[in-house]
Amino acid sequence: MRSRAIAALFTALVTAYAWLLLRAESQGAIAALILVGIAAGILAMRTQLLRPVARSLGSNERFAQGLAFAAVVVIALALRDDDFALLLLTRVLIVIVACLGLNVQFGYAGVVNFAGASFFGVGGYTAAVLASSARLPHLLVLLAGGVTAALAGTVLLLPILRTRGHYAALITIAFALLFRTFLEVNDALGGPQGLKLGEMRIGPLRFNDPISAGPFEGSFYLRYIAVALVLVALAFAVVQRLDRSWVGVALDTVRLDEIAAASFGMDIARWKIAAFTVGNFIIGVAGALSAFMIGFIAPNNYSFAESLIFVSILLLGGIGSAWGLSLATAIVILLPEKFQIIQEYRFLMFAALVVLTLLFRPVGLVPRPLRRLVGPPLS
Amino acid sequence: MTTPLLSCRRLTRRFGGVVALDGLDLEVEAASVLGLIGPNGSGKTTFFNVVTGLFPANAGEIRFAGAPITSLRPQAVHRAGIARTFQRSRLCLPLSIFDNLMVGNHQHLDHRLWFNLVRRQVLRRQIEENYRAARELLHIFDPPLADRMMEPAARIPMIDRRRVEVCRALISRPKLLLLDEPSAGMTHEETLRLMDDILEVQQKLGGLTIILIEHEMSVIERVTRRCVVLNYGRKIAEGAYAEVSRDPEVREAYLGLE
Repeated sequence: MRSRAIAALFTALVTAYAWLLLRAESQGAIAALILVGIAAGILAMRTQLLRPVARSLGSNERFAQGLAFAAVVVIALALRDDDFALLLLTRVLIVIVACLGLNVQFGYAGVVNFAGASFFGVGGYTAAVLASSARLPHLLVLLAGGVTAALAGTVLLLPILRTRGHYAALITIAFALLFRTFLEVNDALGGPQGLKLGEMRIGPLRFNDPISAGPFEGSFYLRYIAVALVLVALAFAVVQRLDRSWVGVALDTVRLDEIAAASFGMDIARWKIAAFTVGNFIIGVAGALSAFMIGFIAPNNYSFAESLIFVSILLLGGIGSAWGLSLATAIVILLPEKFQIIQEYRFLMFAALVVLTLLFRPVGLVPRPLRRLVGPPLS
Repeated sequence: MTTPLLSCRRLTRRFGGVVALDGLDLEVEAASVLGLIGPNGSGKTTFFNVVTGLFPANAGEIRFAGAPITSLRPQAVHRAGIARTFQRSRLCLPLSIFDNLMVGNHQHLDHRLWFNLVRRQVLRRQIEENYRAARELLHIFDPPLADRMMEPAARIPMIDRRRVEVCRALISRPKLLLLDEPSAGMTHEETLRLMDDILEVQQKLGGLTIILIEHEMSVIERVTRRCVVLNYGRKIAEGAYAEVSRDPEVREAYLGLE
């Protein structure tokens, strides 16, 4: 009970911090907040102050998820009329979903995907085309974005499954570069100018109208946040259930030791395809929602550099760690947007961040916990 | 003599100019323990790798339980009922001991995506059943280890890793077990104990056949009734250890005697 109270207090602190950071406008205040954040992080790591919190959250996943969910809702409501802050928050949630998909591929099965942003883009373009030409309900359009991305990925990977080592990574790099060029020269998809999307609708809900219910008034982004939050919850459930099942054991073995995996009957190609397809589906759904939220997509949004950012989020958070990548996404998305001085140098900064992570904390910010199929999870 | 469980005819495997297996004929009777000995580089491990399908044979035939398995992939060989350990430990160190054992039981587990995502109650029951079975097996080898199944494999000492690896190969109840130098990295006493435990499991399973690659001759002497000596990929002697060890060709291959 006491450890739960401490964990709740910790979450409240983090929530307040995130709210302050999203709220702050003067660069000085933001710089100060970032410094405080870094100092707190280092202090926590050095003094192991977070041990009881980690133990409490780690031993009760439901409780931790509930706290995180509540924290996002509280922040969203506290910032209800601040469009820019809410846009950032939605973006963080959507990228978390995409990185959860990437995590199934990279973190579990060990299939490196350097075209994460491209599959995100396949989802986005599918949404743009379907929303303007077909009268599909928009929830189905989100699903269709996932299905197209999954299909594209499967077709890409099938021919090279029998090869070993880094060929799959090279193919995804080639796809990432080709995809952008393909979009730029394709007039049907708007060329370099891209495509516009109409307003998202689910049933009677029109997503681009501001919200006013009695005395409550809020930005239209709140609806997107609600949808994104549902997607995060679903993706989390899928990814963690996969991890804690026979499938998780098989994927880990395929990543760690292909010879042992094959010797005990595991079909390596099948598992790689499965992980790649599930991952790309999740990435594609996130891409479709992102396209609706921004209302406009162009090839520039889906560059190779963006794919590298997805991968660096995984490295920073801790490969295979769902909680780690969530934290890392928040850092990687929010930092350059709020602290504009580093906006220009953000790629340099991410590169440095990844190198520092690999040097000093190769397991990432929140290391992946040991799978415990039997008994309560321990920290 | 009954039909052998495993029989190889003129089995050949080359690596470039090196002939690792040179027309090897070899038979193993069901429910027996065959020792496979020979100097370093004589083709013992290559033989395991060719039988399990990791390296395809260049020529020759392998029959297992009456059916040809020469060109099968490793997955299919395993499903036919052959399991193995590796000379250098190949456990997945970041995974728990239990996870590692379940790797060995892959073919008996339900791997459909939808089942694993949605039927969590049934999955939980399957996990618990498998946990009990794995615990029982590990208990034969080392009771304290059976209580540590949720610890990462990286945290246990070499001898326990060997035990886990043997259990990983045994848990799917194979017909044929290939043990590739289980004594590597272990003391003499530890090796003998491990072999005794393996023989105990063999008794329990009734009918398990074992091929054992081993450098410790006292182990070979104690647990095998028949052994085959390889040199340069060829069989140079066959028979009980006492006879084989007196064979002049064997002594020369091993000790370099005139």
